[in-house]
Amino acid sequence: MKIKNLFGLLLSLVLGVFIILAMNNSEIFPAFGEANIAGRVSQDYFADANVAEVGSANIVTAIVIGYRGFDTLGEVTVLFISALGVAIIFGGKKQSRLDLQFKPNFMLRVGSRVLFGIILVTSFYIIFHGHLTPGGGFPGGAIIASAVLLLYLADDRFRSNVKGFKILEGVAGSLFVIIGLLGLVLATYFLQNFLPVGTVGDLLSAGIIPVIYVLIGLKVGSEISGIVDNFLTEEGSA
Amino acid sequence: MIQYAAIILFVFGLYGLFVNRNVIKMIVSLNIMEIGLNIFIISIGFNYEGIAPILTSTTANGLIYVDPLPQALVLTAIVIGVGTTALGLAIAKSIHKTYNTFELDETGDAE
Repeated sequence: MKIKNLFGLLLSLVLGVFIILAMNNSEIFPAFGEANIAGRVSQDYFADANVAEVGSANIVTAIVIGYRGFDTLGEVTVLFISALGVAIIFGGKKQSRLDLQFKPNFMLRVGSRVLFGIILVTSFYIIFHGHLTPGGGFPGGAIIASAVLLLYLADDRFRSNVKGFKILEGVAGSLFVIIGLLGLVLATYFLQNFLPVGTVGDLLSAGIIPVIYVLIGLKVGSEISGIVDNFLTEEGSA
Repeated sequence: MIQYAAIILFVFGLYGLFVNRNVIKMIVSLNIMEIGLNIFIISIGFNYEGIAPILTSTTANGLIYVDPLPQALVLTAIVIGVGTTALGLAIAKSIHKTYNTFELDETGDAE
């Protein structure tokens, strides 16, 4: 047992030293904070080409949804499959939620409901401004799920509408694909922007990016809420 | 410097995966590895003179944007990490329900 641990430690250390040495002798990996950005992509590109083609003020969003939209579709599919796997592992018979160790009083129940609204508003703000500010569909969806988790933890009678989440998830995912196919029909390739780009910095700009990010936010939020629900329920009478 | 910290985190996670036979600890190790890797990828695109890659009306002259591509890739990696962690924890809960233990070495003798 001890020998095995020592061997694992040795192997990890050798690998770590190997990685560090490989980095030190390489031209590809710059020292921290001295990356040559201008050697990778022209700064004019950010200012001009990005504005004309995609129109998203947040360049990370422009990459995630605009240039690599197909990749993001695959990513959402991975999340969907993992949520499906969790549901299959926990699924089956009639389920009831886990009991809390304490009895929530009136203040806790009402206060958590007030907070639920505020968190939900925050998450929708983050989703709708995904193309202008840091954030977007993925963090916003996670915040929606955190609001649902709060209600689960603060209220012993709360049970989310799982079927509604599943329908929302399916509709959002299908609409994502349909928008991609519309790009194929109205323009030339899958997920191409077919709406006007508009002025950079406006809420209604960047073509299909806000639409897709709202759909992704709803989909991620309902999927993670479904995972939370699956973890906090157990089979009926057992 | 941050890159070395990221590699150290990665190595810690790898060591945890080698040594632990507890399912929960293995999942935690996997997450530590993933965080190390994400920090490393982000650090590749960082520049001291760079600002966040968001177009604003008041962008100061002389400043450049940091590389946005690693950030977009890490955004993808984080989401997939959440998915794998959830699936792993679900399997861990299933193991605990069947064998009443999280230790993989003790699962053999249950019926």
